[in-house]
Amino acid sequence: MATHSTTAPHEGHLTTTTGLDHRKLLMWTFLASECLFFGALIATFLLFKDASVSGPTPQEVLNIPVTSTSTFVLLTSSLTMVLALAAIQRGDIVSGRVWILATAVLGATFLGFQVFEFKEFIDAGLKPSTNVFGASFFTLTGFHGAHVTLGVIWLMSLFIYSFKSKDGIPVTKSLDVELAGLYWHFVDIVWVVIFTVVYLIGSLE
Amino acid sequence: MASAVGAVGAAGHAHSQSGVWSWITTVDHKRIGILYGVSAILFFLLGGSEAFLIRLQLERADNDLITSGVFSQLFTMHALTMVFLAIMPLGAAFFNFIIPLQIGARDVAFPRLNALSYWLFLFGGILLNSSFIFGGAPDAGWFAYANLTSATYSPGDSMDFFTLGLLVLGISSLAASLNFIVTILNMRAPGMTLMRMPLFTWMSLIVSFLLVFALPILTVGLIELLFWRSFGMPFFSAEFGGDPLLWQHIFWLFGHPEVYVLILPAMGIVSEILPTFSRKPLFGYTAVVFAGVSIAFLGFAVWAHHMFTVGLGPVAIAAFSASTLVIAVPTGIKIFNWIATLWGGSLNLKTPMLFALGFVSLFIIGGLSGVMHAAPPIDRQQQDTYFIVAHLHYVLFGGSIFGLMAGIYYWFPKITGRMMGEGLGVAHFWLMFIGMNVTFGPMHLVGILGMPRRIYTYSESSGWETLNRLETLGAAILVVSFIIFVINVLRSVRNGEIAGNDPWDARTLEWSISSPPPVYNFDAVPVVYSKEPFWDQKYPELAHDKPPANAVAPVADDPASIHMPYPSYWPIVVALGGALMAGLFIVNPYYAFIGGAITMMGVYGWIFEPAGPEEHH
Repeated sequence: MATHSTTAPHEGHLTTTTGLDHRKLLMWTFLASECLFFGALIATFLLFKDASVSGPTPQEVLNIPVTSTSTFVLLTSSLTMVLALAAIQRGDIVSGRVWILATAVLGATFLGFQVFEFKEFIDAGLKPSTNVFGASFFTLTGFHGAHVTLGVIWLMSLFIYSFKSKDGIPVTKSLDVELAGLYWHFVDIVWVVIFTVVYLIGSLE
Repeated sequence: MASAVGAVGAAGHAHSQSGVWSWITTVDHKRIGILYGVSAILFFLLGGSEAFLIRLQLERADNDLITSGVFSQLFTMHALTMVFLAIMPLGAAFFNFIIPLQIGARDVAFPRLNALSYWLFLFGGILLNSSFIFGGAPDAGWFAYANLTSATYSPGDSMDFFTLGLLVLGISSLAASLNFIVTILNMRAPGMTLMRMPLFTWMSLIVSFLLVFALPILTVGLIELLFWRSFGMPFFSAEFGGDPLLWQHIFWLFGHPEVYVLILPAMGIVSEILPTFSRKPLFGYTAVVFAGVSIAFLGFAVWAHHMFTVGLGPVAIAAFSASTLVIAVPTGIKIFNWIATLWGGSLNLKTPMLFALGFVSLFIIGGLSGVMHAAPPIDRQQQDTYFIVAHLHYVLFGGSIFGLMAGIYYWFPKITGRMMGEGLGVAHFWLMFIGMNVTFGPMHLVGILGMPRRIYTYSESSGWETLNRLETLGAAILVVSFIIFVINVLRSVRNGEIAGNDPWDARTLEWSISSPPPVYNFDAVPVVYSKEPFWDQKYPELAHDKPPANAVAPVADDPASIHMPYPSYWPIVVALGGALMAGLFIVNPYYAFIGGAITMMGVYGWIFEPAGPEEHH
């Protein structure tokens, strides 16, 4: 995971101008950019949620109890992510592996909910091309799902990588996990906004 | 350019510094800068040829040299090429080569990501232009307004090349911007606080932030356009409740910050050149920095002035009219500071200075005609006429291109070690200056006379023929000027006068090292005490901020001990996968997974490849 150049400081040798590791600064800036990405998708959804000339409407298809469950699953994965990083930072190899795996499994469970939800909507006659609600809904939640998928792949890569050595992911490499965590928490926070805007506000009459 | 540097690297890891493979795998910011620059100039000549064909067609009334269909492709590709493949990457070329030198760094923060940005740019540009071969280039204007871009009105693949080509180019720019933000914020030499950074570095930082925030908006628009065309998702179809205006909002919310992306690097270059060739510090450094920052902020608040004629209503129009007027204030601050820098200076009118002065004067004209459009009644009169074409070319050609040309003449000695020919340079400047005014000046008049943009011909009774003929004559002068430029570059690279470290008696750190710089840039990382560290080192008696009495001179490292990152072929693999993903999508969306698989493989290869020798503590 050596993404930084050799002219860059290594962990424990912070000599950057800001004191932040290059990769962490990169991740924060990238996430700032992602805010605008999801912001534009959410704005599109708000413009279109009640603009469809034919159904199904948001009120007809959105299933708040099911999505609340999947939201709970995803938010729990943020907790396990925190536990994973904490375990690795204190050198607890087994807990580190367990919590990384748990985070990935919870993320995959969330994706399972999303597949189920998409299938339900399509069965109810709402495809991405049916109306502008469908178009903006599937694009927004689909791209969020793609982000979660990438996150799961990232976490599974870390999980497998931790078996390369019997020491797991060493404390000196904990930044590798911290970066995945930053990304993961961001994707969760975006879902909090999507759940509020799309599901809770969207299902209002 | 790459002589005598082969031995650098960790012991036993001497990497070849010549041959095609060394360029394909390079992660050296200077070589990537050269790749960016050469590619951008080639694309610039392509875009210029397209423009000249447009001018030939409009040279006389009722001309039939070019059909209306080809004409639409030409003006669309001219704009796309100039914006995304010439001006932006020329800026990136200077970012790459100059910024690490100006801030006293030995490399950028992410050398391999830097290489990825370049290859994505190159492949994206090739993808976009390959549309000429595969059934016709995009022809809906570079702004690609819905409904013109719908599957009904733009059948065929041309607009998919637009969408996917720009997506690839956008990822390239985003990666480069993230890299430069981290490099500038995190890799400054000791003592170089933000308010001691050279102006070019400052403007590059601002441009990078603009791109980081503007590009994702364009990305969303392009994704919606792609899904609308490919999967029938009715984003912009009014009959399904979609909204064609959404595209305009998204496009200009990206597009107006993009205007500042194109001009701010040139402003930064000029802010370096004017002090050097006036032999005075920049007047009002702090004001120029904050003017740049406020231009960036305001740039996100003015987009709807591109849409005054679409019926936004009086409140929105009034608000955007006001914000547009406000943005003239920081721009004016910069111009007055540049003029005050010249005032009382001992001017050295070498080619870079001539281009910088050309920039200031032409940009003032373009800025003034721009402020006129902040007034909605005037804007409504001029919308879609040649007056707008005149305005935008005074800021983008008179502004950006003159500024970037100034930068080429200024930094060419640093990049190649040789001076560019002064006689040919002066000839290039005057022909370009005259040609530019003869080409675009009359467009103001013909626009006010009512000639619309983007028409492929006009009738003799319109009364526009004389002015159009004059414009084409100006374009021919521009062609001659660029032939002289190319000859000058080719001659100077081989036979130019040897430049030495500091041919211009300049002020910033890049001039303190050899030309061309060694692979590791600085053998001793400099310590900075002022805004113009190299000038103050050369002329301590003139320095405002002197080093403290107990300051220790930085110690040079043994070049053999300086670890530079290893070359890598993974960036080009990842870029190839990304471009294939886009290109194959046009054939069949499912084929995109092939490109995705290559990208994924490249990413894993990248992650597990050692970036450079492990540090031993």
